[in-house]
Amino acid sequence: MSDHNQFYDAPLEEVEPGHTFLDSNELILNMGPQHPSTHGVLRVILKLDGEKVNDLECVVGYLHRGIEKVAEHRTWAQFGPFVDRLDYTAAVSNSLGYCLAVEKLLGVEVPKRAQYLRVILTELCRLASHQVWLGTHVLDIGAVTPLFYAFRDREDILNVFEKYCGARLTTHAFRIGGCRWDAYAGFAAEVLHICDDLGPKIDEYKDLITGNRIWLQRTKNVGYISAEDCIAYSITGPVLRGSGVEWDLRKKQPYSSYEDFDFDIPTGTAGDTFDRYVVRVEEMHQSIRIIRQATEGLMEGPITAKVPKVIKPPAGEVYVSIEAPKGELGFFLVSDGSAMPYRLRVRPPSFINLQALAKMARGSLVADVVAIIGTLDIVLGEVDR
Amino acid sequence: MPDVPQGNPPNPVAAQTPPAAAPPAAAPKPAPKPWDCELVQQLKNTYGSGIRDAASFAGQNYLVVDRAVCHDVLLNLYEQSSYTSLTDLTAVHYPKDELPFEIVWILFSMATNERVRVKARFAEGEAAPTVTDRWVAANWMEREVYDMFGVSFTGHPDLRRILMPDEWTGHPLRKDYDPHQQDDEWVRKNLGIESGR
Repeated sequence: MSDHNQFYDAPLEEVEPGHTFLDSNELILNMGPQHPSTHGVLRVILKLDGEKVNDLECVVGYLHRGIEKVAEHRTWAQFGPFVDRLDYTAAVSNSLGYCLAVEKLLGVEVPKRAQYLRVILTELCRLASHQVWLGTHVLDIGAVTPLFYAFRDREDILNVFEKYCGARLTTHAFRIGGCRWDAYAGFAAEVLHICDDLGPKIDEYKDLITGNRIWLQRTKNVGYISAEDCIAYSITGPVLRGSGVEWDLRKKQPYSSYEDFDFDIPTGTAGDTFDRYVVRVEEMHQSIRIIRQATEGLMEGPITAKVPKVIKPPAGEVYVSIEAPKGELGFFLVSDGSAMPYRLRVRPPSFINLQALAKMARGSLVADVVAIIGTLDIVLGEVDR
Repeated sequence: MPDVPQGNPPNPVAAQTPPAAAPPAAAPKPAPKPWDCELVQQLKNTYGSGIRDAASFAGQNYLVVDRAVCHDVLLNLYEQSSYTSLTDLTAVHYPKDELPFEIVWILFSMATNERVRVKARFAEGEAAPTVTDRWVAANWMEREVYDMFGVSFTGHPDLRRILMPDEWTGHPLRKDYDPHQQDDEWVRKNLGIESGR
């Protein structure tokens, strides 16, 4: 260990035979930015000792579009579609977070029917987002089949979005003050059909994955992070719950009528990749429970509050956050009383959770890095904004 | 050089007068109210005039503190009042003010389920104290503030740009940075095109 450095400086013939550069202590390996299992343009610089990861460094920013700067040059309403481009697998959640923040600033109370509609669509979106996560995460580890199952079933949800607002991915589903569209004819029946249908299908995913020996070996005790470290790293969402912290903003700081619904917060104990998988799959079941209650309880009434055409919130600052599929998605808004935000900060759960990648991967194998990136469930659109 | 409009043209929607009828039965608009509780008293006793203001806006509490004591106040909130999570750290630029950079720390207590925002102002070119000694999570957040605003943090272990390229000149979220502005030289050198515009 101590005298390795001399070989770099010494002429080649002076290096003793048997000592090669291969047993020098560190190899730098570049992973990404174009790599299928980094889920976007993330570059990871790995420092390896053989197959062991000594350290790693994330390089982000390849997808930086300056969304926060854009916000300062759009009206409050015009910025609505931009938030869909943060976490593009959960556009509806982003839209909810942004609208809630502006409504808080305006002091607007959203009608109950709109709140329920928002909950239904947001939870459907959580299902869709977790299905993308499940499919790709399992694919990264080597199981191809679940990807097709997850994407097949996600299609039903996207069809509902398409019928509701015309878009499947970047939906711009909500407006400041409520919803732009009411539920279409047959909406409740279709959503309830998804609820009935998807529950058994999720169990089917579990049958395919949970007991599989390869899956267990690739996920058990991989990417461990303790509850204390989660809090020190400000980690939120399923990663935090996987480490055994029962924390969910939908329950602890209810917004948009979540207090009306009965659901549980699934938690893990081990804080490893497997427990986070269990937490997310269980969360899908809980989402179905919420959707069912909200759809059955959907009352008649208006879907928008009275909001002026030109939105000019009073001068002030608010921070509003929601439990997005990836974690706590927050919006910190500063208004100077004009028609455009003075400053808009997105608190991106993916960005902040990704910071713990080095902590989780240190000491593990190269192949585990892929599993850990998958289990963090990052979307680079949100990391880089 | 042709007369290029700076920034965006005035928004046609915004230029229209709002509907003549005033918003009916509008809820009272939120306005800051003084925030007073045991915690604020205790902080005021400890730091005196270092606590400039304690107020609550739209039901959310915030403290405006002097930059000299901001680090101590944050650590005090962590140690004495269970504000153990640093939810977010960001900055706001007020170019006309004497102290143009406002750093905002959003703290959260899982034990009491409460948030508090701590804000302090810094001068141009002045460094803010790092909180990475207490919260590991502050590492990337402070790097982002440095990248976007050019505010540096004393004691930060690895203060580099994070979202923009390392060699970029300028800090995009400053108010004097035009939304169309870019580092043309960097673009020419690294992308091999005359301009990204």
